[in-house]
Amino acid sequence: MTDIAQIEEGASRSQWWDVWDQFKTHRGALIGAVFFLLLVLVVFLGPYVWTLDYEATNARARNLPPSLEHPFGTDRIGRDFFAQMLKGGQTSLAVGIAAMLLSLFFGTLVGVVAGYYKRLDGILMRFTDLFLALPLLPLLLVIIMLFRDPLRSAFGPETGIFILIVVVIGITSWMQTARIVRGDVLALKEREFVLAARSIGTPNVKMIMRHILPNVLSPIMVSATLGIANAIITESALSFLGLGFPSDFPTWGRLLFDSTDYLQQYPERVILPGLAISLSVLSVNYIGDGLRDALDPRIRGR
Amino acid sequence: MLNYTIRRLLVAIPTLLLISLVIFLLLELAPGDPMANVPLTVPPEVKQQMREALGLGEPLPIRFFKWMTQFFWIEPLNLIDNIFGTGFAEGELRVISWQWRSSVMDVVVQRLPQTLWVVGLSYVLGTLIALPIGIISAYKQYSLFDQLGTFVSMIGFSVPTFFTGVLLIVIFSVNLGWFPSIYDTTHVVSDWSSFVFQLKQMIMPVSVLALYNAAQISRFMRASMLDNLNQDYVRTARAKGLSERVVVLVHVLRNSMIPVVTVIALGVPQVFGGAIITEQVFKVNGLGQMLISAIQANDLPTVQTLTVIFAVLIIVFNLIADILYGILDPRIRYD
Amino acid sequence: MNLKATLLGAAAAFALAPMAMAERGSDGQLNIIYWQAPSIMNPYLSGGTKELEAASLVIEPLARYDETGAMVPWLAEAVPTVDNGGVSEDLTSITWTLKEGLVWSDGSAVTSEDVRFSWQYCTADGGGCAQSEKFNNVVDVEIVDERTVTVRFDAPKPFPYGPFVGAQAPIIQAAQFADCLGPRAPECTDANFNPVGTGPFTVTEFRPNDVIALAANGNYRDPAKPAFATVIFKGGGDATSAARAVFETGEFDYAWNLQLAPDVLARMEAVGKGTVVSAYGTSVERIMVNMTDVNPDLGDERGTAAHPHPFLTDINVRKAMSMSVDRELLNEVGYGPAGRPTCNVLPGPEIYASAANDNCLVQDIEGAKALLDAAGWEVGSDGVRVKDGVRLSVLYQTSTNAVRQDFQALIKGWWDEIGIETELRNIDASVFFGSDPGSPDTFQKFFADVEMYTNNFDGTDPESYMANWECKQAPRPETQWQGNNMPRYCSEEYDALVAEFAGTAGIENRAAIAKRQNDMLMQDYVIIPLVHRGRVAGHSNALGGVVMNPWDSELWNAADWHRVSN
Repeated sequence: MTDIAQIEEGASRSQWWDVWDQFKTHRGALIGAVFFLLLVLVVFLGPYVWTLDYEATNARARNLPPSLEHPFGTDRIGRDFFAQMLKGGQTSLAVGIAAMLLSLFFGTLVGVVAGYYKRLDGILMRFTDLFLALPLLPLLLVIIMLFRDPLRSAFGPETGIFILIVVVIGITSWMQTARIVRGDVLALKEREFVLAARSIGTPNVKMIMRHILPNVLSPIMVSATLGIANAIITESALSFLGLGFPSDFPTWGRLLFDSTDYLQQYPERVILPGLAISLSVLSVNYIGDGLRDALDPRIRGR
Repeated sequence: MLNYTIRRLLVAIPTLLLISLVIFLLLELAPGDPMANVPLTVPPEVKQQMREALGLGEPLPIRFFKWMTQFFWIEPLNLIDNIFGTGFAEGELRVISWQWRSSVMDVVVQRLPQTLWVVGLSYVLGTLIALPIGIISAYKQYSLFDQLGTFVSMIGFSVPTFFTGVLLIVIFSVNLGWFPSIYDTTHVVSDWSSFVFQLKQMIMPVSVLALYNAAQISRFMRASMLDNLNQDYVRTARAKGLSERVVVLVHVLRNSMIPVVTVIALGVPQVFGGAIITEQVFKVNGLGQMLISAIQANDLPTVQTLTVIFAVLIIVFNLIADILYGILDPRIRYD
Repeated sequence: MNLKATLLGAAAAFALAPMAMAERGSDGQLNIIYWQAPSIMNPYLSGGTKELEAASLVIEPLARYDETGAMVPWLAEAVPTVDNGGVSEDLTSITWTLKEGLVWSDGSAVTSEDVRFSWQYCTADGGGCAQSEKFNNVVDVEIVDERTVTVRFDAPKPFPYGPFVGAQAPIIQAAQFADCLGPRAPECTDANFNPVGTGPFTVTEFRPNDVIALAANGNYRDPAKPAFATVIFKGGGDATSAARAVFETGEFDYAWNLQLAPDVLARMEAVGKGTVVSAYGTSVERIMVNMTDVNPDLGDERGTAAHPHPFLTDINVRKAMSMSVDRELLNEVGYGPAGRPTCNVLPGPEIYASAANDNCLVQDIEGAKALLDAAGWEVGSDGVRVKDGVRLSVLYQTSTNAVRQDFQALIKGWWDEIGIETELRNIDASVFFGSDPGSPDTFQKFFADVEMYTNNFDGTDPESYMANWECKQAPRPETQWQGNNMPRYCSEEYDALVAEFAGTAGIENRAAIAKRQNDMLMQDYVIIPLVHRGRVAGHSNALGGVVMNPWDSELWNAADWHRVSN
């Protein structure tokens, strides 16, 4: 018994090592991953080194240009822009990744089930149509009205809003992934290798995990990349509408939005958050590319 | 396939009714008040009278029923009247906006041209750009072209349109003075110079939106092509001596289209939904601006009407996508 | 006869105004941008400012306010007063006489029938008229002759200028709206989009929430005006882009309500294509302090007078909150030339403005700390003051708006400094200012400790505005949370002043009462005024004749606007 478990563990470990080996050879993916890790480290550990308070206003130091004291300058009410970028990065990256994972999970689950089980296809796809048709803004207003106060009292203002926003973005953005995955599964299901696997009696769950999922991975990876960008920007739209984090809580999207009026006067305040969002999305995109290649057994080992 | 289509169309009717009900209840539940924009100087009693004049005093089921008959029966009759000059709907109460106290559908029709011109055209353009970029990027994976395409499309998708729009206005309207920053919805194209003006006022909003759409579609195209380029059938086709052009553009492309068709079909209803932010930045005042201002003013009849129109389009285009799957890959069967 | 009269009129106009050399329609097109688009041209069906102002180009009242707040006759020959016999001695009726020879844009004569009809239209049952408060206490509008009407009230009215005065209560044509009374009002789409008026312009095309095209009214009473042949009234976008269209690209001549950060606006004005204009009415950005407990555990009694607030009922806390605020800085950050710091909730007109509270203009953090120390609020280990187990921790809500969020951040900083912990919340304006009894986030329910917004009053008379803080005006469940007394302030002395105000005539006496009311509210610190906000607009340097008016429609004198060459 133990032997078998050990063998299986060993086998799976070596499979993941294979994936890692392949991933390492993908230069873009490696650079992307290193950059992304660096970004995460900087925004989460940065505040311990750069100890200026992101909230502290200073009437005498408004709209300062970048200097040694304030490397990114200060904003219109004298808050240090670098400290705000760090704090904003924490929120934006956390929201972006969590909401993307949630939406990917929902989307893939609905898509695979709908595509694989013919009986559930109709109902699940009509359910998807319903979600696509719901007007986003009123939906958000309702969700926030119903759940903000309970979540706030259960988890405190910050965590409560974080959960709310991640869930809101997640449940309103899974539909595209679901439709795409379902379309691919519908086609895969009729491929020879699936028919072959079915003819030898592979159970459904195993079939999905081993044969279907790995083959729909590339659209899922693209959805993941686009999903992060989408979540970061949706979050800024929510904050702007007063449905997101409290206003003293910076996020990259919000910093970008607030600075757009100052495009001509203080271009750095627009460029920095815009660049931060773009670079994180770009690095996730390369990681996705690398992962897809690494998980494709046909490419691996070539 | 015909059977399937008919069955889906029949299922669409209860689906639509259910979606309408859910939307109606959602809007009822949503906090908000059509009187929120009335100045605070107007006393509460007067606001209450204004609300009653809008029909807000009636119970919910009656309002839902009224709206359903207005939307699904009287408005189509009005359409017939308009086309054939008949008088079926005369004297019947249409869906009335709470803001301008007149027909919602008339304004939808008024807004369609600018939405189709700007948002529709940008979608077509975006798709036309995205497909070749996606195909070439996949075929020459990790080439300079691919890297550049990846970079541009990621920037295009991750920088929000509220920023790119303003950037273009500052460069091309303020500094260079080439294009107007405000879209003239009353402009009529009648001759060459008015056509040139139309082009000038469209070029900025169209390019902002086209970049955004192209970024998304080209990523899916590229990924899907990559998947298929490694398949056994491609090797077989090459081995049979088919030209590379035929292999890529006929066999691989056809098999790679399923996710792309899905994405494109999901995007078309959004064209009619307008592009809220871009329309606002360039003052295009299309359907997107109509929806957002109705939501802000809590103009429930307008919000309901627009969202149900979108729901119809979503159902129709998802059906079209499903039918296209069957054509692209004849192995897919729905029966 | 007609030609002769016109010629005479023209000659008279020339003789009186040698400056006005322009003739009607000679200056081409006027481009106006309102970043919130008007949805209807009938102010009786929509109380919104944007609709009022758009409609003021077409339909006009009997008298309106000029830029100083003084009443000027418009369609009437003169403003009736007790002195000139127009207002009866017992203050229960007012008699108006129309100018001679007034015609509608369709050429028919304006008669007293139209004036009477305007009253009937707004007070018809089931019409939901947005301006019906203007016609409060009116029992009849009697037709005396072709040009004269008498408005009768059911009680003495010390201020009888509600009906037919200002942009809110214009005269509409009886012939056009005859079939649109009460519930039938929305059926008259043509009339609501294109009213026949007496103003300088008439509508040629109306697209709701998008654009209005207007042309000079061929029958306007001054044959030399308006100078512009056509007007494009575009809506949509945001304040920044509207300002850009006037100041930077020069596509538009006039932009409304430029609520922008002062430095952004100053930079745009520096380009040299346009000018920022502002004028002060009665708008005050203020913080309301909640005197009731809003703990959610109280259930239905949350936010009612049954449960006083645990610490905001201590005047020292309220006073310290006010003292720690730097109003100068707030104004500099948020409003610049369009605002000035204030210590009054009733900042104008001049005669009503009190000077008794002006010491608040200087920020006094140390004084605030000393005050709290003396009152027994001691700083705890986390920097937040505590007394008897009650922590000074407030929830501070307002509507979503860039300037308000900056104010929140700054004020939070100062309150932190004096030991008051602050949690910020911003709420979508359509929810915050709505009165949906189902929503916990309306400014009337006020389920927070302090909230910030702007309020003002119409016209120049503060009587009903100052009555907002009567005990009975407190929003509570019995009133479906309607009412204007957000702090739930309740003082017998104040209520007595409100009653006295209603029965006092003579502007000096009225001003004295208004000031006392203002000072009471200020010295009780239930309202913390921050900034006296002006109206701010921008016009191109090629547009002349703009006179910014905070008391009426901004477009009140559009007939005089003209092109200037620079």
